[in-house]
Parts: sequence; C-alpha cells; structure tokens
Amino acid sequence: MMSAEMKREAAEANRRRYEELRATGQGATSKALPAATALDAAPIAPGAVIDREEIPFGWYATMRLRRGDALRVIDVSGLASASLIGWREEDMSERINCADTVKVQWSAAISKGRAILSDMGRVFLSLVEDTSGAHDLLCGGSTPASTAAAFGTAAMRNTHENFLAAANKVGLGLRDIPPCVTFFAPVSVDANGRFTWNAGRKRAGDFVDLRAEMNLVLVLSNCPHPLDPARPALGGPVTLIRHRLPPAGPDDPCRTTSPEIARAFVFTDRLYA
Amino acid sequence: MTLLNPADAFYVSDIPAERPWSRIIKQGQTLRIIDSEGQQAVDALLYSADNPAERYSAQDTLRTQGAAYVDLGTQLVSNKGRVMATITADTCGRHDTSAGCCSCESNAVRFGEETKYQHACRENFIIELSKHGLTKRDIVANLNFFMNVPIDPSGNFTVVDGISAPGNYVDITASMDVIFVISNCPQINNPCNGFNPTPIRVLVWDPPAA
Repeated sequence: MMSAEMKREAAEANRRRYEELRATGQGATSKALPAATALDAAPIAPGAVIDREEIPFGWYATMRLRRGDALRVIDVSGLASASLIGWREEDMSERINCADTVKVQWSAAISKGRAILSDMGRVFLSLVEDTSGAHDLLCGGSTPASTAAAFGTAAMRNTHENFLAAANKVGLGLRDIPPCVTFFAPVSVDANGRFTWNAGRKRAGDFVDLRAEMNLVLVLSNCPHPLDPARPALGGPVTLIRHRLPPAGPDDPCRTTSPEIARAFVFTDRLYA
Repeated sequence: MTLLNPADAFYVSDIPAERPWSRIIKQGQTLRIIDSEGQQAVDALLYSADNPAERYSAQDTLRTQGAAYVDLGTQLVSNKGRVMATITADTCGRHDTSAGCCSCESNAVRFGEETKYQHACRENFIIELSKHGLTKRDIVANLNFFMNVPIDPSGNFTVVDGISAPGNYVDITASMDVIFVISNCPQINNPCNGFNPTPIRVLVWDPPAA
C-alpha cells in the first residue's frame, strides 16, 4: 500500500501533468488549427470520384468507406443539416463516440483539422476540409418527440427513425445507435449553459470532407436539426460524394494537431499494420 | 424539494472507491447518491427494466431541456423520448453528461500509453452490465454526477476540479422501473476526483404513502 505521503505526491504529479496537457490542448503551445476551407476551394478531381448520392430532404443514406477514402457532404441549399453515426466495419461494436471526441480535443466545437474518435481510442474520421466549422455534438438529431414539440406532429420524418431503419438494414438495431454528430448545425452554449442557434453561420454550398481512418459503415440523416427555429421546417438535399484522396503523410495536418490526436492515429495505424 | 429522512430509506450501501454497483429502482422510488468525502465523480447509466434497449440518452436529455448541464429538475430522457427519472434534489449544483466515461483506451490517448493499464469506468460498466445481460454495445454517453465540465461559447471543454463538498448529494426519482448502473470513477489523471478516488453512499426510498 502507498503511504498517504506517496499518494499525495502522486496526485500532485498527476495534477501538474493534467494542467500541462490542458494548456497545450487549449492552444497555449499547440499548432493552430488550419483556416476554414473556402467555398470554392478543394475541388475533387473527376477521376477521384468513386460514387455520389443525393439524400432527399427527410431521408437517409448508408455509405461504406475504405480506410483512406473520403466522403464530401454538401449542404446544397444552406437549409439542410446532416446527422452522422457509424461503426467500424470489421467489429461494429466499435463506433463513433462524441464524448471522447470533445473530451480528448478539449473542445465541443469541431472544424477543419479536427478528428472524430471511436470509443476504442482510435480515429474514426478526420475533417480534412470544412467550410463551415458550425457542427453540433451535444444535442443529437430530431426524434418523434422533438418533431411533436416543434411542429405538433410525431409523424414527420426524423433522424431517430432514419437511424433505426439504417441500423436494421446492416444487421444492427436500437442498441447500436450512438450519439450523433450533426454537420451544418450552428449550436453554441451561452454563458448560462443554454443552447443557441446561430443561423448566420449557415451558407448554401457549405461542405465537409471526412476522411475515413478505418473501414467504416456510415449513416447520414438529412432532417432539420431540432434546434433549427424555422417554422414550417425548411430543408434541402444533401449531396454525398465518395472520393479518393492521396495517402496521408506523417505531417498531415489532421494527424499533428495535438499529442493526444497523434497518439490516437498511432493506435489506429497499429490496428491496420 | 421534498426532504427525505435517511432513517426511512429501505436500502443503504457504501460503494468503495473505484467500484461498480447496480440495482433496479422502481417507478416512484428515489435513489440518493452521496459524495461522502467530496470531489468524487459518479458515472451513471439507466436502462428500462422492461426493455433495456430503451436507455438513458444524453443528447435527448440536453435537447429536451435546451441546456448543456444536469441540475435540479432535469428530466433524464430515454432514446425513445420518455422521461426515465427526474433530479429531485441536488446540493451540488452542476453535473455533466457530455464527457462520457473514462476507458483504458481513451486514457491512453489522453494521458499517454503508460496509463492504459489503469482501472477505468468502462471496465466497471462492462462488469456490472453483464449481470443484466448487457454488453459494451449497450454503453452510451453517461451521466457524470458531481463532475464539473464547463463549456464556453467558443466550445472549449474542460474537466475542472469537482465542486462537490463532503456529504453533497443528488436525488433521482424514477418515472419507470430502471436498471441504475454506477461506476464510482477510478480516474486519477484529471481533477474529476481530486486525483484521489473515494467511496460514495447510495440510499433508496419508497415513494411516500398516498
């Protein structure tokens, strides 16, 4: 057994390390994140496109991505948002994890250069391009309860039922639907802890490029975010383009944003070594 | 808030530092979690006892209340949009439900690979859930009672020192029969436990006679 004195010394050493990690993680010494992608930047070479799909307003799509491939998600009209869940193809008990994503990166806001983590200490997706930087990891997608509260009917198409349908079609079910990330959903938390919708941060043509860091089965749902105040609901199509990217090098911006993320990439590489 | 007399509780148990616990809390019963020595994070999950595929949902809970923290009056909402339980007393004032639980795997990412072989909440949850026929697949984003994770308007997100004092408690009154699962958090690499995990106490009361 450790003496009380030894325990206190160990606790103090752990506190010092935590404070150093926090200072680095919140930008004291970390590399600055890259600037947002311009709306007309990062064109996809015609030969790099694998396939494309347009999700009608209210619907969902399932996409399989190989490690290294990317998915461009486009809010064509500036009125849509796209909620995302997914699993690792070889072991679908490993899945997207919003809590670890925000905790490890010391930020509930994700933008170009950030990573989305799995629950196993590995990188699920990297945000290699992002024109928006206005995405939500805290509130989740729409549900029968949220559409009933907002529009007076639980019978509208909603993200929860979209996820349920998509999960069932790949052999999964209600138990397998994790918390989701919603792209193009400008939610922030005010000083009183209340959620705020920042409508001015949505633009027609906003897009993200998500690079798969493992072999993935992804589901995207195109329903109004539950905090979107538009009445009646507004929306538009979400375009998905699956495309090939050049291999990521060791100084890839997404791999080097912080010591934590660098470790998550090392652990992911080991899985496929 | 209704003041409950500890002498009237029909169940009392001390959960040692770093250990899991679970019990079915029936509709109308109230579970109290006491942070016996202060600054101790308590990770918790709830499942419908009738249909455990219906379980606590952090995102549904936060969306329903329109705010990012759990405190007095927060309704704990399931993935089917039903209220599972309500926070009916709270002497601490703020609890988290966005940071998830610690795991060996996330510890290795956050604090270095040398922390991989330290006990973690997910190990506790897996052990305790196995008693109810549930697995790692069933672990969702949990509640972190007595854990302080402020989120600022820019999105900065930090686990800071616990604000609970010795004896602070939170009462959770069940709206349906729930499997209530706790991991008394063993984390020693951040301030959620003041770098020193300690025991907690749980009490359960039946609903007051009509």
